[in-house]
Amino acid sequence: MRSYNPVVKGHSRQIKKAAELILSAKRPVIYAGGGVILSDAAPQLTELVQMLNFPCTNTLMGLGGYPATDKQSLGMLGMHGTYEANMAMQYCDVLVAVGARFDDRVIGNPKHFSNENRKIIHIDIDPSSISKRVKVDVPIVGDVLDVLKELIKLLKAGKERPDQAALKEWWKQIELWRERDCLKYDRESKIIKPQMVIEKLFNITKGDAFITSDVGQHQMWAAQFYKFDKPRRWINSGGLGTMGFGMPAAMGVQLANPKGKVACITGEASIQMCIQELSTCKQYKLPLKIINLNNRYMGMVRQWQEFFHGNRYAESYMNALPDFVKLAESYGHVGMKIERPEDVEGALKEAFKLKDQLVFMDFITDQTENVFPMVPGGKGLSEMILV
Amino acid sequence: MRHIISLLMENEAGALSRVAGLFSARGYNIESLSVAPTEDPTLSRMTVVTIGSDEVVEQVTKQLNKLIEVVKIIDLNEGNHIERELMLVKVRAIGSDREEVKRLVEIFRGCIIDVTDKSYTIELTGTSSKLDAFLEAVERSAVLETVRTGASGIGRGEWILKV
Repeated sequence: MRSYNPVVKGHSRQIKKAAELILSAKRPVIYAGGGVILSDAAPQLTELVQMLNFPCTNTLMGLGGYPATDKQSLGMLGMHGTYEANMAMQYCDVLVAVGARFDDRVIGNPKHFSNENRKIIHIDIDPSSISKRVKVDVPIVGDVLDVLKELIKLLKAGKERPDQAALKEWWKQIELWRERDCLKYDRESKIIKPQMVIEKLFNITKGDAFITSDVGQHQMWAAQFYKFDKPRRWINSGGLGTMGFGMPAAMGVQLANPKGKVACITGEASIQMCIQELSTCKQYKLPLKIINLNNRYMGMVRQWQEFFHGNRYAESYMNALPDFVKLAESYGHVGMKIERPEDVEGALKEAFKLKDQLVFMDFITDQTENVFPMVPGGKGLSEMILV
Repeated sequence: MRHIISLLMENEAGALSRVAGLFSARGYNIESLSVAPTEDPTLSRMTVVTIGSDEVVEQVTKQLNKLIEVVKIIDLNEGNHIERELMLVKVRAIGSDREEVKRLVEIFRGCIIDVTDKSYTIELTGTSSKLDAFLEAVERSAVLETVRTGASGIGRGEWILKV
């Protein structure tokens, strides 16, 4: 097509500049987005991060691009990212952005972000993403896979290595941030904590399930607590913010991976956006596992109303909910209602044993739980609200 | 700053609305826009005049480039270029004003293309600022009607926008 000629190969001089900058870094961070997943560059990203001993943080769309259980992973960054990831982003001296776009949910207020001096390398196939929200020092337009391969080749060929002493100091600082334990929650709670459901799901599926989600608190908890080690395991609509995406996406994933474990993490508001698809699931025998984190609120809306609107819970309370167990059963699926923390694990295990059936798990969770940390809209990355 | 952007796009229904839609969706300014088919009937050439900081105009060109209908694009401000706009203007011309207006048209190298006993219709080409200057020179109340095409631009010398 004459109007579509994307630049795939990165410019060699720019890649060389990037390599020099990387080797000069004392407080580096690699910030990887959905571009890594789209160009199937997770192995190359992992190789780069590990050979440099740099910390790596992933965006919502980039989860799985670098193994989340690895010690060099800082977890997700951004509005609901980890304390260590956000602090490292704010105070690094060299930032390598790979297939990411400095979204407002990622860097918060760009003015605050640019208060700190750092050099930025930005690898992206879309020229319009470069220098859009923050000024970039070394732009590299190209396919992430090609550019990373070239970059790795160049770094391997040279004799220079990053400053290990400086890196050691930097890691020490990061460990201090990590000790803040920003994802802690009440594990002794008598009411089901949504975070706990996702942790159990992660353990039971051994981190190997395909997870889709809708939009809201459950989405953020899924991103924070399900540790994705592989790419293309986390299916999300990201910046489009589409409630109702989770179940149809899970159906597609299940059709493509008939033997795979597919779970849709959702909320009682999101799931009702496309609830009619339970019928399609019956027709095509799609044995999804639906994890409905039911807090009787549009939780993310409620959280904002609590934080920023003086607890005025307008139109965010759901007091006209269906009986999800009966609803699932009426479509010919299995429904479960789980109300006590001690029943969570058993229910999940039982559900995954039912290999040929869709199981709708209605978890009655804590109504007042909020997603932490949180960078409020318009604030800077280091201005997080913590637990 | 004022930028003049030239682009070649597919000569097909909907292409113009894609460009206009991009400007309105992203809140960019269009000062003027002119478009017509080129010697290659499958292509149209569009000239957009937009006002914004260098960063904004950089985004405008990058975003335009992403549209499938846009084949090629240049920001003419990046080099030497020539810019012309056509204006038709109808002015009241009675009595001694008739001579005065005619002289003014000569000074601005325009021509009178229609005449009645009360008015002249004048054709004038030049840069947008020259056309503005003409309108300044004519007595405001004498101007009955104006129609302008918006700027068209082309690079100087060997600088060519071609597929």
